[in-house]
Amino acid sequence: MIPYANVAQLRSGLDNGEFSAEELAYFYLSRIDAATDLNCFITVDQEGVIAAAKNADKAIAKKSVGPLTGIPIAHKDLFCTEGLLTSCASHMLNNFVAPYDATVVDRLRKAGAITLGKTNMDEFAMGSSNETSFYGAVKNPWDRTCVPGGSSGGSAAAIAAGLAAACTGSDTGGSIRQPASFCGVTGLKPTYGRVSRYGMIAFASSLDQGGPLARTASDAGTLLNAIEGYDPNDSTSAIADATDFRSASQPLKIGIPAQYWNDLSASLTKVLDEARLTLESLGHRFVPVDLPHTNASTAAYYVIAGAEASTNLSRYDGVRYGHRAASAESLENLYQVSRSEGFGSEVKRRILTGTYALSVGYYEAYYLKAQQIRRLIRQDFLDAFLQADVILTPVAPSTAFKRDELMEDPIMMYQQDIYTTPASLAGLPALSLPCGFSDRMPVGMQLIGPHFGEASLLKLGRQYQDETDWHALHPVYDDD
Amino acid sequence: MRPPTSSSGLKVDQQTIDKLLLLSQLSLLPEDREKLLGDLSSIVELIDFMQTIDTEGVEPLSHPLEVTQRLRADEPETSLDQEQYQAIAPQIRDGLYLVPRVLE
Repeated sequence: MIPYANVAQLRSGLDNGEFSAEELAYFYLSRIDAATDLNCFITVDQEGVIAAAKNADKAIAKKSVGPLTGIPIAHKDLFCTEGLLTSCASHMLNNFVAPYDATVVDRLRKAGAITLGKTNMDEFAMGSSNETSFYGAVKNPWDRTCVPGGSSGGSAAAIAAGLAAACTGSDTGGSIRQPASFCGVTGLKPTYGRVSRYGMIAFASSLDQGGPLARTASDAGTLLNAIEGYDPNDSTSAIADATDFRSASQPLKIGIPAQYWNDLSASLTKVLDEARLTLESLGHRFVPVDLPHTNASTAAYYVIAGAEASTNLSRYDGVRYGHRAASAESLENLYQVSRSEGFGSEVKRRILTGTYALSVGYYEAYYLKAQQIRRLIRQDFLDAFLQADVILTPVAPSTAFKRDELMEDPIMMYQQDIYTTPASLAGLPALSLPCGFSDRMPVGMQLIGPHFGEASLLKLGRQYQDETDWHALHPVYDDD
Repeated sequence: MRPPTSSSGLKVDQQTIDKLLLLSQLSLLPEDREKLLGDLSSIVELIDFMQTIDTEGVEPLSHPLEVTQRLRADEPETSLDQEQYQAIAPQIRDGLYLVPRVLE
């Protein structure tokens, strides 16, 4: 078995009888076991995996195969999984075993996928380095002294290290795209509303969107097809046609917004310029587009995300589920001690920022102002898509940085999201694709599409990956 | 490269911290207060950059697709039962969630 196989390769191996789903499951479990130092997983479902794999083998024998039958994947630990710990990487939910499955989990299971376990993440998805997890930092498989990015860092690192063929993640301000870039894998943030948020633990409800991380754009599309679609259990779920990404890409006009490129380091510019040349050689052409409110995005994002987080996280009270203080003098004291013990420092900072922005006297200056800027940013994109089919930008201002490098400076950490938050605020789909290396660390490019334009992004991604092999590269270990 | 900042003149002080902690039902260890004060002051400078943007007459946007949230048909359906929900509660008795005494 090849450790860094993609979903399509595993599909054909299973269908051609090269290996059984059970053999595949044992293979991945042993790889996960051998890579515990990376800290990609919070929970591994040993028994469940083998039982599910045996069932998959029966289905394969009967030729009753779904697109993902027998394919081992893992879920970011904010998707509720019935009977399995869903911690959100927080002390607060260290004991939370969900009584139901998230829609994303349910749909992937119905498509035949096997859940290896739950991947590590930043606590409550708040972070860009996977260092805020209650269960400890995740290491980047390309350089273990570096972060994998965040918040879906465990998912991205697991794929990069060959511990899962694909994973789910969630993206509020870049949490699928930036770790995909840092770990050299492919990640898709779908259009807001494309994928149900039911059973996905809420951080910022007007921004949160679940999506796939995988080795290839084609695999990301296969997972998207399994999880997308209207869900009556999510009132923000959209009715939209399924994403049809399997036909060839048309020649596209690709927008280049100066605001994203002007301050980019020379080393990253060089890598991305190469990617542009490749895209040009494939028949696409570039047009300048203007996104004038880009520089206000970080500020507006941290106000809106903080405000929504402070509201969403008010539910953790030590009464109905989650961490509860061992002893408390009063009801109020129970809330305060349970919450103060249960939340880590970054989560507290975000709650306090959001509370500040929503408090009397500041609401108009901050929350309403941020929502006005959100409209301006969205309008910038709508105008740009009159001139361009998709928009090409960097994913992050750097490659994976060293662990502890930014932990003491929240502002510099927030700045990591500068190229990813605008598409989040506008609710647009965006694809992060590996496109080269800088100082031996992976670099990603971001393709942003119009609302529900995932198919164009995935087709373009497939075409690019047919032409290049950045997505197929993996870290080399002595024992591989 | 640091993000652009601005200052509205509003200062985060110990009193602000106390108010925010009360509103959000959190408490802090004394040794963490100074760090938080510094962090929140920087964050406020970051978000104050918004004040440099002209938003006169711009309608606030709360839903990125500007659609109304869809409601399900108001029909009874089966849900999880009380026992399943309370199986994960820290303290219950006779189907009730227990909290410290509120009335003496």
